[in-house]
Amino acid sequence: MTLLSLTDVSVRYGRLTAVRGVSFSVAENEILFVTGPNGAGKSSLMRAIAGVTHCAAGKITLDGRDITAEKPENIARMGFSMVPEGREVFGSLTVEENLMVGTGMHGGAKRGRIADELASVYDTFPILKERRNGQAGLLSGGQQQMLVIGRALMTQPRLIAIDEPSLGLAPNITDQVYERLIALRAERGLTLLIVEQSSTRAVMVGGRMLLMRGGQIVLDGDARALGNSEAIQAAYFGYEDH
Amino acid sequence: MLQILFDALSLGSLYALGALGIALIFGVMRLVNFAHGDVIAFSVFALLWPSTDALAIVFAGQLPWYLLIPFVLIVGALLSVLCEIVVYRRFRHASPATMMIASFALGFVIRYFLLMLFTSRPKSISLLPALGQPVEIFGARLPLLQLITIVATICILLALTLFLRRTRFGLEMRAAAENFSMARMLGVRANNVIMGAFAISGALAGAIALIFGSQTGTLDIQMGASVMLMAFIATVIGGLGSLPGAVLAGFLLGAASVVMQVFLPIDARPFRDAFVYGAVILVLLFSPQGLISARGTKERV
Ligand SMILES: Nc1ncnc2c1ncn2[C@@H]1O[C@H](COP(=O)(O)OP(=O)(O)OP(=O)(O)O)[C@@H](O)[C@H]1O
Ligand SMILES: [Mg+2]
Repeated sequence: MTLLSLTDVSVRYGRLTAVRGVSFSVAENEILFVTGPNGAGKSSLMRAIAGVTHCAAGKITLDGRDITAEKPENIARMGFSMVPEGREVFGSLTVEENLMVGTGMHGGAKRGRIADELASVYDTFPILKERRNGQAGLLSGGQQQMLVIGRALMTQPRLIAIDEPSLGLAPNITDQVYERLIALRAERGLTLLIVEQSSTRAVMVGGRMLLMRGGQIVLDGDARALGNSEAIQAAYFGYEDH
Repeated sequence: MLQILFDALSLGSLYALGALGIALIFGVMRLVNFAHGDVIAFSVFALLWPSTDALAIVFAGQLPWYLLIPFVLIVGALLSVLCEIVVYRRFRHASPATMMIASFALGFVIRYFLLMLFTSRPKSISLLPALGQPVEIFGARLPLLQLITIVATICILLALTLFLRRTRFGLEMRAAAENFSMARMLGVRANNVIMGAFAISGALAGAIALIFGSQTGTLDIQMGASVMLMAFIATVIGGLGSLPGAVLAGFLLGAASVVMQVFLPIDARPFRDAFVYGAVILVLLFSPQGLISARGTKERV
């Protein structure tokens, strides 16, 4: 079943078009990587889905509902959790307070699972437990990255979108993050939408991969099949053709 | 000496509460709310029937204190929330300068509304008459009101701290003040947070109105404006948006005013405020971010 669907989505900043007419959809429980070189428009696309950047054109639906002009808090409340690029921790809050910010929207069964969720985040990232009462702004870059991923998981999302999870993380920690995400995908049917600079991780993990360049999708297919094909080399290093 | 200390603390309380009201709203929406002073005036004028007389015709003011105080606080909170819904909501995405101008305009609207109903004549009123009596502490005779002002301010500050630190809503407000769009991506409702900030700020305005009105025994449409100027300066020195900074700077300003009033030579006293502003400029020269910078890693209330 289609969970998220984009039709001809464009994002503009003044005269600059960062995303031009992008269409794709994400099925429930799918793992989708969005890759591409710097400035390809990946982050802009993510922010447009999350509702924090205005869509200049096109339509986005989540679970069949039009969310193109929806408020970010309502999109989050529908089960879309986004980890934006650049570690937006609440620096003056403690680590645990950061983790709790996104749990206010829970009612019913999800509310009952908050404590378990917290335990499992601490289990994945023991350093966060150690520093739980410390100020989040004082964590190292990689620790902050763990915190924002943990914080997104605390919202118990159906779809988690992470803009460059590996940024600043030691390779073994990145492995752990992916292990945890893949486990949640199996346990709860979590859908993963992951932005990465390079296709390496996508090839390792498997799943579907989109390749963006100049605001457009230039390749769409199975990550392993695309792998290190010539198409991918060309897409990364080829000259702009417009 | 004790008298000076209490004068400084009670004047500082007013400035601190005023500064807090401004800093709270600045924190969540980067708006310098110049209408705050007029909310102060309105919340206490709501106790009166419209009239042009010098003697206030009291209507809700006859309420016993345990109803009068909540009445004024609630009026302040409601007016403040109304300002948000009717005016500021439309300016959320506007530049800070535009929002500031909108707040000036809104302030004028409230002030002229009061002017229409009450004229510009100050009104004498005894709000909480029982508080005028002096009490004796450590050999000094102090008005009970001053004592209550200080105690009430401390209680308000403690309550606000607990609210921000210990409640769900407080957590969301602190998160939103730091990074509004990230908080929204975590499901925090922007409207709730902003309306909450306005409600608290308005209730603080009501508290100031009560204190000021009972201290001076007169109600003046301009009363808010005079507190506002100092409160605004306190917010700036405190580091815009930093709540402890605003409170600290409010108390410092109160202390500076009182101390200068006492120790300046008689001839220089009329220029007291000039000296206070001079001190403010010095502080900002040495610490342009204010005493406590809101951004960065410093902790906030
Ligand atoms: N807030 C903004 N205002 C103006 N231009 C922007 C803004 N954000 C991004 N851009 C521009 O949009 C284009 C796409 O940027 P975006 O951040 O979406 O790329 P990206 O694929 O995430 O790149 P990276 O891999 O470096 O993170 C770039 O040319 C960038 O300069
Ligand atoms: Mg990016």
